[in-house]
Amino acid sequence: MTKISMTVNGKAVSGEVEGRTLLSAFLREELGLRGTHIGCDTSQCGACAVHLDGQLVKSCTVLAMDAAGGAVTSIEGMQNADGSLSVIQAAFQEHHGLQCGFCTPGMVMATAALLKVNPKPTEAEVRHHLEGNICRCTGYHNIVKAVLAASGQDVSAIAAE
Amino acid sequence: MHNFDFVKPATVADAARALSADGAQALSGGQTLLPTMKARLAQPSVIVSLTGISEIKGVCAVDGGVSVGAATPHAVVAAEVGKYYPALAKLAGGIGDPAVRSRGTLGGSLANNDPAACYPSAVLASAAVVHTNKRKIAADDYFQGMFSTALEEGEIITSVTFAIPEKAAYVKFDQPASRFALTGVFVAKHKGGVRVAVTGASNNGVFRWTEAEAALSASFAASAVESLTVSAEDMISDLHGSAAYRANLVKVLTKRAVTAAH
Amino acid sequence: MPKDGIGASTVRREDVRFLTGKGRYTADINLRHQTYAVFCRSDIAHGRINSIDTAAAMAMPGVLAIMTGADFAAMGGNPAGWHIPSRDGSAMREPKRPVLAHGKVRHVGDAYAIVVAETLEQARDAAAAVNADITELEAIVDMAAAVANPGHRVHDEIDGNLAFDWGWIEDNRAAVDAAFAAAPHVTTLELTNNRLAPNAMETRASIGDYDPGTGDYKLYTTSQNPHLSRLLIAAFVMGIPENKLTVVAPDVGGGFGSKIYHYGEEAAVLAASKALERPVKWVADRSEAFLSDAHGRDHVTKIQLALDKQGNFLALRTETLANVGAYLSNFSTATPTFLHGTLMAGPYRTPLVYVNVKAVFTNTAPVDAYRGAGRPEATYSIERVIDKAAHELGLDPLAIRRQNFIQPDQYPYTTPVGLVYDTGNYNATLDKMIELADIAGFEKRAAASKAKGKLRGIGYSTWIEACGIAPSNLVGVLGARVGLYDAATVRVNATGNISVMTGAHSHGQGHETVFPQIVADMLGVPASSVDIVHGDTSKIPFGMGSYGSRSLAVCGTAITKAVDKIIAKGKKIAAHMLEAAEGDIEFKDGKFSVAGTDKAKAFGEIAFSAYVPHNYPLETLEPGLEETAFYDPANFTYPAGAYACEVEVDPDTGKVTVESFTCADDFGNVINPLIVQGQVHGGVAQGIGQALLENVAYDAQGQLLSGSYMDYTMPRADDLPFYTVDHSCNTPCTHNPLGVKGCGEAGAIGSPPAVINAVVNALQRGGHKAVTHIEMPATPARVWAAMNA
Repeated sequence: MTKISMTVNGKAVSGEVEGRTLLSAFLREELGLRGTHIGCDTSQCGACAVHLDGQLVKSCTVLAMDAAGGAVTSIEGMQNADGSLSVIQAAFQEHHGLQCGFCTPGMVMATAALLKVNPKPTEAEVRHHLEGNICRCTGYHNIVKAVLAASGQDVSAIAAE
Repeated sequence: MHNFDFVKPATVADAARALSADGAQALSGGQTLLPTMKARLAQPSVIVSLTGISEIKGVCAVDGGVSVGAATPHAVVAAEVGKYYPALAKLAGGIGDPAVRSRGTLGGSLANNDPAACYPSAVLASAAVVHTNKRKIAADDYFQGMFSTALEEGEIITSVTFAIPEKAAYVKFDQPASRFALTGVFVAKHKGGVRVAVTGASNNGVFRWTEAEAALSASFAASAVESLTVSAEDMISDLHGSAAYRANLVKVLTKRAVTAAH
Repeated sequence: MPKDGIGASTVRREDVRFLTGKGRYTADINLRHQTYAVFCRSDIAHGRINSIDTAAAMAMPGVLAIMTGADFAAMGGNPAGWHIPSRDGSAMREPKRPVLAHGKVRHVGDAYAIVVAETLEQARDAAAAVNADITELEAIVDMAAAVANPGHRVHDEIDGNLAFDWGWIEDNRAAVDAAFAAAPHVTTLELTNNRLAPNAMETRASIGDYDPGTGDYKLYTTSQNPHLSRLLIAAFVMGIPENKLTVVAPDVGGGFGSKIYHYGEEAAVLAASKALERPVKWVADRSEAFLSDAHGRDHVTKIQLALDKQGNFLALRTETLANVGAYLSNFSTATPTFLHGTLMAGPYRTPLVYVNVKAVFTNTAPVDAYRGAGRPEATYSIERVIDKAAHELGLDPLAIRRQNFIQPDQYPYTTPVGLVYDTGNYNATLDKMIELADIAGFEKRAAASKAKGKLRGIGYSTWIEACGIAPSNLVGVLGARVGLYDAATVRVNATGNISVMTGAHSHGQGHETVFPQIVADMLGVPASSVDIVHGDTSKIPFGMGSYGSRSLAVCGTAITKAVDKIIAKGKKIAAHMLEAAEGDIEFKDGKFSVAGTDKAKAFGEIAFSAYVPHNYPLETLEPGLEETAFYDPANFTYPAGAYACEVEVDPDTGKVTVESFTCADDFGNVINPLIVQGQVHGGVAQGIGQALLENVAYDAQGQLLSGSYMDYTMPRADDLPFYTVDHSCNTPCTHNPLGVKGCGEAGAIGSPPAVINAVVNALQRGGHKAVTHIEMPATPARVWAAMNA
């Protein structure tokens, strides 16, 4: 076991890992940050997505040791400072962009990464950006709507009730 | 996955030394290697991370082309290469998904030489030069069939120099599940002629469609390949498409790439 | 619109924890002194186990226990929930489904040993060192071959590999055949309903926790159905008293049917926990999920429709081979029969219907109910053969449907396949769909597609289903071994807030939001004062779980019945406090009042009085305000709808793009429109997935070719459009007090035929006249091959 340190959600943390310990396992088991989910073993579902040094990554496909010294943001670090839901989180709730909730942390992290570089994405850009995040419940309709809403765009015309 | 020792050298020289250990394996972005190790299909005893070596990262203009550091993630290529070589930037921006592009690297892709990877087609069509810690390898010599390259044990790709064509485009048809290339075609119109590189289609890995190159060198228009036929022999046949289907895609995508080239 | 009562698009309260990473799924639970389990699974489809050598693995670091099939041989089997007799009256053939494979392995992924160690990686390392000597036998994969070769047996005692050969309704067979013999036109279609992997994003996981002090077992597990799991594990498999086992399903990350069932891993971790006197945790990885979760669909069907020249349906018959895989999973025998054959009338007046289903054992993973369960298979067959018939007769596909609809004045309508539809209005949803989908503008859009070099097509489906599972007496007659009622307890606390214990268990449906809407509406209290308790057999009176679009219609109704009892008791208390006759007490807007006066007591005052009974009729009424109700539905509910799908086909590559998808559904009354729409979206996405993308494929040796997301095509955001959904044309259910019908499966039932009808339409319009059918999934390669045949 080797001791590593990194910054997670703004706090300095450290823990013991093996070579094979994945960043996802470090977050979940060592730090108890269980909002980062594991939905596959081939790096496709995106439920484990976090930000590493500002970049969206799949934490199940990064070795904890390779991330040592870096800065990680996970779903647990996405609320506003006062604990209220961030704009993205609030949009997902408002537009029913989640059902079982399992893919949701990854969706929120992916959305945050998109809006950082593309503050007003088109529908097609949102769908393309979410290529690495699989949801089985929502059919993506309300996820895409929530992302567009979180970017400040008017979504009232989408899908007449 | 099996356990291993982990080292993260800061220089290519240190990495080369680390890779001389028994069972040592280089790890770049890890987007293919780590899932393979999770499935216990690879069991390295030492992992040598290349992500801490700044000398093999980044993009810069070189005489007549652009050089991309081997450890440069796809996302950086997509963002920074566009001003030199738009078709290459576009290809990089279409690999995997955003999270994969944050980690996956050019060097990792080339060292693995997955028959459905995107980058090999760009390297081959661009007549790029693969630089390693030991030598320079011409693209035509580098790819040696599915998952097979000219790299020697422990040899590390440091950068790739791409000659910038007059016109070029890459068109990929996704394998619907994995989003790798079911077939992808990179067309590059150089001063000296056209190169057409095809990935995803062949049991022999990335290859040049020489008949199309000749036809397009004579006339760079989609119609120039209309009369050509692509043999289904040696094409991959799997759940997602027969050999005949892939052969069809080679021609369709070549035409589309020619039309899209700029 | 009400703020948070019935009919309000209330946002979901559970979202806050899911959005902040505070959801707690089974894999998130860690118990003190917990150990980790890994299962050894067969890598061949069919083989005889000669020996399993665990010595080397047992000696590895951290290994605590290894158990094999032999250790569980004395235990019972995991049973099928429904007995389906064959046409000749013979009993269903039910091979034992052991906790771990014993004697033979019968599919790739069949687990034959459990390895428990101090850490997960140690357990994995040791599992790789377990040495099983297994003689490979010929794999039985293809259903037709399985039936045709009685000598090759998945189960040694079952020749012909058939669980049953079922006829529905057998007495109608001769009349149906006679109608076909006399029919002016017969349309025949052979089709496959492709095998799907449910793929809830949370994989299955279980933690066994045995308490050596009390002898109590506790199981944390990913279940849609904790009480049924308790019953099966306790009474059928492990032989322990039901009251010594608690099953807890915490947050569940999707199910779609796959988490209804009891699986052997649950019993294995409980037994291992008892042996070790420590908790044993197992979490499936995705590869295991593909190998061992119950799959869905997998029917091969020949369907025939007899019509007159004007397109009136005269008779319909089908012959189906239904794959049940290697073992009978809990609902596997009901799915291809009573959830399939009984739906073969669709929304039509077809007077004569006969359905034959042969359930076939193969060396593949068990197949069971997956979203829609039998009804998508029925709907696909019917809606495809109708389109083909319309094409053959030169009739409009919408007109032929409309002319055969059951009419609004015909309810209750008894179908020839044993159901009584209570209400509906199929013309209304069809008209709404035609309007919303702008069918009139199709040719213009098709011309625009053509100008881009694309082939555009449109396809329809007018579907019905039976859900709200299920009337116990009816399903009992049909072979069910359980009742399908549900239960609820409404506990009004002394301070007026309310806990509702429900047998439903949400795995994404929003029960924590919707059920309080109902209770709040009935009691005139804020929804925020009502909380749901679910997913724990020690806290809930009883329940049959969430599947078959039953949560609201059945479990929700049980809640309303319990609330009715609360109100009735409240009236007694109020009558005493207000010194009035009980018959004069009215309850409205949260107040008990004496009719015609301004004398009233608020609900909270009554609740307080029930717990502080100082001024209370103690001689005739117990204190406290808590009521339990069991509710058994009188009938299924029959949601129905009309769907339209528009596609573009790229003629060069065969790639199909869904350009629009329109749903006009009748779900009766709607409690929360936001959630209902979400359910339809998700169902439609799964239906489009089935039609265009998804397929579980085995090779001839029974190796799974689509064992990961590298090869199993999950629908992604860029595969799908925004959908147009509508539920304004509603005919309230006549037999539950909320007037609600199920909505969870609708999208997955109605959508696949609309997609395929659209693809076939696009190809035919594009000049490929010979294409009358294309199998699902209509992948680019398959569509291209059809165009280039």
